[in-house]
Amino acid sequence: MTIAFPKPDEAVLARRREIIEGLGRLVASEALIVSEDERRAFETDGLTAYRQMPLAVVLPSTTQEVSSILRFCHQQGVKVVPRGAGTSLCGGAIPQEDAIVLGVAKMNRVLDISFENRTARVQAGITNLAISQAVAHEGFFYAPDPSSQLACTIAGNIAMNSGGAHCLKYGVTTNNLMGVTMVLLDGTVVEIGGEHLDSPGYDLLGLICGSEGQLGVVTEAVVRILRAAEGARPALFGFEKAEDAGACVAAIIGAGIIPVALEYMDKPAIQICEAFAHAGYPLDVEAMLIVEVEGSDAEIDDMLRRIVAIAEPFKPKTMKVSQSEAESAAIWKGRKSAFGATGRVADYICMDGTIPTGQLPYVLRRIDEIVKSYGLGVANVFHAGDGNLHPLVMFNTNVPGEMEKAEKAGEDILKLCVEVGGCLTGEHGVGIEKRDLMTYQFNAVDLEQQMRVRGVFDPRWLLNPAKVFPLEGRFAA
Amino acid sequence: MTVHTPRDEQDASIIIREAADKGTLLNVSGNGTKAPMGRPNQTDASISSSGLTGITLYEPAELVISARSGTPVLEVMRVLAAKGQELPFEPMDYRYLLGTKGEPTIGAVAAMNISGPRRIMAGAARDSLIGVRFVNGRGEVVKSGGRVMKNVTGLDLVKLMAGSWGTLGFLTEVTFKVLPKPERMATLVIRGLDDRQAIEALSTALGSPFDVTGAAHLPDRDRRGGSTLIRLEGFRVSVDYRMNELKRQLKRFRFMDILEGVGAEALWQSVRDATILTDQGQRAIWRVSTAPTKGPDLAAHVAQALDAQWFYDWGGGLLWISTPLEGDAGAAILREATRTFGGHATLVRAPAEVRSAVDVFEPQPEALMRLTRGIKVSFDPAGILNPGRMYAGV
Repeated sequence: MTIAFPKPDEAVLARRREIIEGLGRLVASEALIVSEDERRAFETDGLTAYRQMPLAVVLPSTTQEVSSILRFCHQQGVKVVPRGAGTSLCGGAIPQEDAIVLGVAKMNRVLDISFENRTARVQAGITNLAISQAVAHEGFFYAPDPSSQLACTIAGNIAMNSGGAHCLKYGVTTNNLMGVTMVLLDGTVVEIGGEHLDSPGYDLLGLICGSEGQLGVVTEAVVRILRAAEGARPALFGFEKAEDAGACVAAIIGAGIIPVALEYMDKPAIQICEAFAHAGYPLDVEAMLIVEVEGSDAEIDDMLRRIVAIAEPFKPKTMKVSQSEAESAAIWKGRKSAFGATGRVADYICMDGTIPTGQLPYVLRRIDEIVKSYGLGVANVFHAGDGNLHPLVMFNTNVPGEMEKAEKAGEDILKLCVEVGGCLTGEHGVGIEKRDLMTYQFNAVDLEQQMRVRGVFDPRWLLNPAKVFPLEGRFAA
Repeated sequence: MTVHTPRDEQDASIIIREAADKGTLLNVSGNGTKAPMGRPNQTDASISSSGLTGITLYEPAELVISARSGTPVLEVMRVLAAKGQELPFEPMDYRYLLGTKGEPTIGAVAAMNISGPRRIMAGAARDSLIGVRFVNGRGEVVKSGGRVMKNVTGLDLVKLMAGSWGTLGFLTEVTFKVLPKPERMATLVIRGLDDRQAIEALSTALGSPFDVTGAAHLPDRDRRGGSTLIRLEGFRVSVDYRMNELKRQLKRFRFMDILEGVGAEALWQSVRDATILTDQGQRAIWRVSTAPTKGPDLAAHVAQALDAQWFYDWGGGLLWISTPLEGDAGAAILREATRTFGGHATLVRAPAEVRSAVDVFEPQPEALMRLTRGIKVSFDPAGILNPGRMYAGV
């Protein structure tokens, strides 16, 4: 528990009753949550080790309500923590005692679908998966697929610029977002982008993606929908050395093949997942790759044949090309259960750095050393195509001091990612979790430029202010 | 007029800091091949990236390339091609349209977010741009993004720099995600369709699972219908299979040919560079982005009032329109059209006096202009970098 929250503003805490009354005039009573029991459901998100009880929670149903709430908070100097489904793994939606939570989950309707234009306009509280489900009858889908897609909202996806397992081919949220309706802190409603591509002027859409709720509250979004491939099938390769697996990834890409997924698991991850999912993973290898390609049956056969031929010189101990739906499902079941299966054997924190893919063998060696130096264990899963690494640092909550050790180990791992030319976070966001590490990736000038831009939208630091930027060195615009 | 050509980032930083202190207005440029675009502005001196050249990092297996901002696009493409790779977004070359000479720079591709036909599938330049280094209007060296393609650390200033036309900072280095060059390219050409039928065909193709990488329609001048182009790229086996499937799905449109080889490449280049319009001599050229199904209505609206010629890219969502130069070069009609049908219009080519008199970029609502001005000040408080190139006062 090493991450600090700013000291709450006593004057705001003292005005709690007045603030709640003010909010009560803006929304229906069922949209305003004030009792301690009910507020407790909002005190944390996916980073459950940290919690803060908010002043109140408000769940508006319309853009107009969001506008009046923000205008009120702006006038009253009340902090606002925007929230989607609260699945953030970096504490992006954790409240503050002197802040209200503004949740958009009630606004969850599909407003318009155009298959001709390949766009969908949705309310921002809709879940990621619900968008794909709404267009599935025509064979379409919404591409970014974070593993929380059943629960997470498009609002949260935009705030975090969420990714998923298929980014190498389809990109992340910012590459699939065409427009938003956003409410600024003073209540002004702006339309950015729309059903057309590449809006003129500064790329505000790109700026909003990944801004972690600090610039405004998105209430509607226009997203790009795509026609799904005819089929997809994976192959599995087991290697004796991490280096061989890494070299195999480089050779596949070097041959001009962009698989739709390219997943790496190290030995501990393989063993944990196999014990849980019985996926038929090889237990005698150091590294495993799952390579998936898309297309018609004939195209898939051709592509997998090429990939097998590319892999052979790296002497894989195991090589299994899926021959059926059932085999494909088994191969994926293991990988997709990685987080859950690890949670059964230990407590863990999931890190999210990105590294240049060529550095993988070195980084894995160093991660092993780091984690051992704290007397802990680690399992690594890795989106090998795009360099996004998820080390799961394992510990036991019941052993005093172990969680702090895990946090320290995680910190060292993220510093390592930056050191080799990567970054602190590939898809989870900074939130509170990585806030105090920002100075490892950015110097003061870089951060000041970001804060100046932030200041254009929120000069008084009222929107999600405990996040992203180190508490030291902040300034008003 | 003084032309500064910094040799490195530090040099650029000193030049800009001094200009900020003295209030010297700087024209920010590369090799000037796009100088006749945007709002004409008055500057006191010039800072060019032409002295900042060279590839600084290229890792083919990681699909990433970095280059100093003044590196010619041609050089970047050559280095990539040697390893069988390319810039996914197929950047347009404006020289033909603008009649300019010199080598377009990779920095300008980023600064102006320049894309081509493959934008419809692979995203725009801004989607492949993963890292920048630049000097802001205070003379500070700032970095954002990096060399890895999945990166959500901090505010995405990379996106702000893309398409900011040098008004926020002087780019010194840019990093792009790249992709393998396809083994084979084939184009299905459907003949004789009017605009609406063509957009219907393109929507069908783009709504197929075949990863169409180009979707254009070139209306015929004498109203017998035009050529509708659908491009597939990839491995040989795949392109063959997909082309057959596509023909089957589009068989209600008769008169289909397959075009391959040099002729097809030249045709797509003329779509990319909009040279299909340039045989018309001295006319204004507009670039309009809208929802694909609105494209034909928008074109018809413009054609009703003006002697206009046009073609479509991006499945109908991008219109290149040429209009007579008289008066406002069609500005009032074009703006009315984008207001009615949605989207935006940019005046790409017109004499300086026309570009001074009308809005070159789609005017933004006041709330967005307020943010635009605020962002400008946050990068360039003295307002010395390309002032007024996009909007008055920015």
